[in-house]
Amino acid sequence: MIGYAARRLVAAIPTLLLVAASVFLLMRLIPGDPAQLMLGDAATPEEVEALRRSMGLGEALPLQFAHWAGAALTGDLGRSITNGLPVLPLILERFGVTALIVLVAVGLAVLIAVPLGMLAAWKQNRPADLAVVGFATLMLSIPSFWLGLILLLVFGVWLRWLPVVGFVPFSEDIGAALAYVVLPITTLVLIEIGALTRMARAATIDVLRLDYISHARAKGLSEFTVLRRHALPNAFAPTLTLIGLVLGNLLGGIAVIETVFTLPGLGRLLVEAIFQRDYPVVQGVMLFVAAIYVAVNLFVDLAYPVFDPRVTAE
Amino acid sequence: MIAPLLAVSDLRVGAKPDIRAVDGVSFSMAPGEILALVGESGSGKTATARAVIGLLPPGLAVTGGRIAFAGAPLTPATLRPLRGPGIGMVFQEPMTSLNPALPIGVQMAEGLALHTRLRGAEIAAACRAMLDRVGIADPTACLRAFPHEFSGGMRQRIMLASVMLLRPRLLIADEPTTALDTLTQAEVLDLMVGLTREQGSAVLLITHNLGLVARYADRALVMRRGRVIEEGAARALLAAPREPYTRALVDALPRRGPPAIPRPPSEPLLRAEALAVDFAGRRRFFARGRAVQAVRGVDLAVHAGESVALVGGSGSGKTTLGRAMLRLVPASGGRVLFRGQDITAVRGAALLPFRLACQIVFQDPYSSLDPRMRIAEIVDEPLRLVPGLGAAERARRTDAMLDAVGLAEFGRRHPHELSGGQRQRVAIARALVREPAFVMADEPVSALDMTIQKQILTLLRDLQRARGFACLFISHDLAAVGEIADRVVVMQEGRIVEEGSRDAVFDAPRHAYTRALLDAAPRLEALVA
Repeated sequence: MIGYAARRLVAAIPTLLLVAASVFLLMRLIPGDPAQLMLGDAATPEEVEALRRSMGLGEALPLQFAHWAGAALTGDLGRSITNGLPVLPLILERFGVTALIVLVAVGLAVLIAVPLGMLAAWKQNRPADLAVVGFATLMLSIPSFWLGLILLLVFGVWLRWLPVVGFVPFSEDIGAALAYVVLPITTLVLIEIGALTRMARAATIDVLRLDYISHARAKGLSEFTVLRRHALPNAFAPTLTLIGLVLGNLLGGIAVIETVFTLPGLGRLLVEAIFQRDYPVVQGVMLFVAAIYVAVNLFVDLAYPVFDPRVTAE
Repeated sequence: MIAPLLAVSDLRVGAKPDIRAVDGVSFSMAPGEILALVGESGSGKTATARAVIGLLPPGLAVTGGRIAFAGAPLTPATLRPLRGPGIGMVFQEPMTSLNPALPIGVQMAEGLALHTRLRGAEIAAACRAMLDRVGIADPTACLRAFPHEFSGGMRQRIMLASVMLLRPRLLIADEPTTALDTLTQAEVLDLMVGLTREQGSAVLLITHNLGLVARYADRALVMRRGRVIEEGAARALLAAPREPYTRALVDALPRRGPPAIPRPPSEPLLRAEALAVDFAGRRRFFARGRAVQAVRGVDLAVHAGESVALVGGSGSGKTTLGRAMLRLVPASGGRVLFRGQDITAVRGAALLPFRLACQIVFQDPYSSLDPRMRIAEIVDEPLRLVPGLGAAERARRTDAMLDAVGLAEFGRRHPHELSGGQRQRVAIARALVREPAFVMADEPVSALDMTIQKQILTLLRDLQRARGFACLFISHDLAAVGEIADRVVVMQEGRIVEEGSRDAVFDAPRHAYTRALLDAAPRLEALVA
């Protein structure tokens, strides 16, 4: 198990290096002079030259990359062009908002989707199954911004139960903070529940066909015990892969939902930075998002043996 | 007369639009009796047994009849508490019948915790004792281990231990050893019969293998198309079958073919010299685990037109040797010679004549054919690589080949429209269409019913006589290969332990392992005697 974890950790290093190199090169591939682009047409040649020097743009590309990657390793992702703040603290602050909403939403979605998918598989082709599959498909086909707007309209504008625009940090007022994140979380749960339910259902159907389920029933175990002890861990393993992908995706920014609910999250930071041509921020966010993606999937890989002990044996 | 333990009357099992899997089956079993339910795929034998324990696959349901256990009718409500201590079941596929996510100890303990007053340490002690009884070397370690750490035979022993721990009065064994090699099969069945005799359990043994019926069962029911067509004391029924279908089943048992025609000595076609194959051990962080020596310096020659059977149990290295001789697995030592030329290290285009001259028939006819291709396309594909062959000529040869395997009308169909036996005919046609000099058949019949096995073996033999290719026939079943082999080579632990003409090996085996293999294989001569 320790060997497996170590192998997985080591395997993540080249991935991260490759990601860092791609992010770096992508920014350099944008046509034109980055310094000129950043400063805009109104800048004087002296200003451009000063920025070029401060960004190290005169150096050879590999050297530039080494400097940038080295600084990134120490947590220095440069400073924002628009407001001069260091990039990393900016990212971390915004990421806290996104992470809170995403983790709670995905956690709730899993807690609902897995039992629902298992129920559907257990009642395959019966009314309960058809109802679950219909609900999941409906949720899959609804665009997140539309669902978010409808929820805002109903609970914010018509019923006036929840606030419509804004965000309050949890450190200031927990009650108010909760009121602001209920709707985004609900939207995300409903959006993500569809795929997860379908995955849990498909995985459970495969597992329920296997002999060890019959074997468990032949021992006289109740259907609940058969499902919980014998079907759940085996059906959860493939679902876990999907959870990892979903989590990685969402943690990288839920720009649409953050925009609809005007939340100061990572997704909006990236979108704003792109509009403002704030290259250090764009670059930093991209690297950070990629690192989060790798980390989440590494975590999923490490959790896999808990559900399928055969994985470590390979 | 003792009251029957199990009484089934007029049982009907079906699926919705008028499919009758079991169509009015009645039988009864006495306590302690071993009853065999015999039939081929689709005869309804498994559905009958699964109906008894209420584990029919989704879609199938009992549509009529009565099942009584120990005098009381079985209903869904009365069945649950009986599952385990009343009726236990052993499944066919050892690779999927234990939960891969739970340690063996947890899976064994479940039944005891549910049905007995035993707790904690007592349960563990009972599990250890039972594992010891079924021949597991280290029961304490086994309880902590996961199923994937054991071989198929060992898993089937663990399965048996887990079921017999509850001392069921009726054990349903659904093809319990079909997935195991002949030797392991005999060991597991001996163990199963021994255990049930000790505990006085009755056994409902579902099998298509008449050899097992003769050896282990008291009574047998022969099923066909959902009905019982013949019933009687097992040995008497096999010695003098009344129904033509039963007779066909008995006739399908492997029988030794006519002795080989001695052939003039010739240059070997394909030859292994001190061939060795190692598989690298498990990768660790900085080093590798110990390598597995699958084949340890083997000399084997196959001559033109000859039929050689390579026999051994699971893990004996027979398949690896065959694949290494075809250059499908790299050799780690020794040489492979084709028509006298060393081809051990030949690569790329230079290897093409060898590749064109050698073909394989695989074991599993379900996964060895591409489901998206039509039969004619599958058979035609090898011809595309033959230089200078036009489309018309290819079509002519494909048709002729399909005709030769008895599938002339099947060219437009897809594999899923064919039965297992028909698919294996397609696999044979695909292998032979290029008129190879050498064909390797890796367990070509072990996934098929007995009567189909017979047909495929006969087909292979006839085609070989007519076309004169050499055949390396890999199998764990000595009896089956006896039908068509000129020469038999026995492998154990990566080495050849015995080699000789078929009759010499069958009549006077010199090595103990060969004798054990011969004893374990069901043969008609031994049954009716």
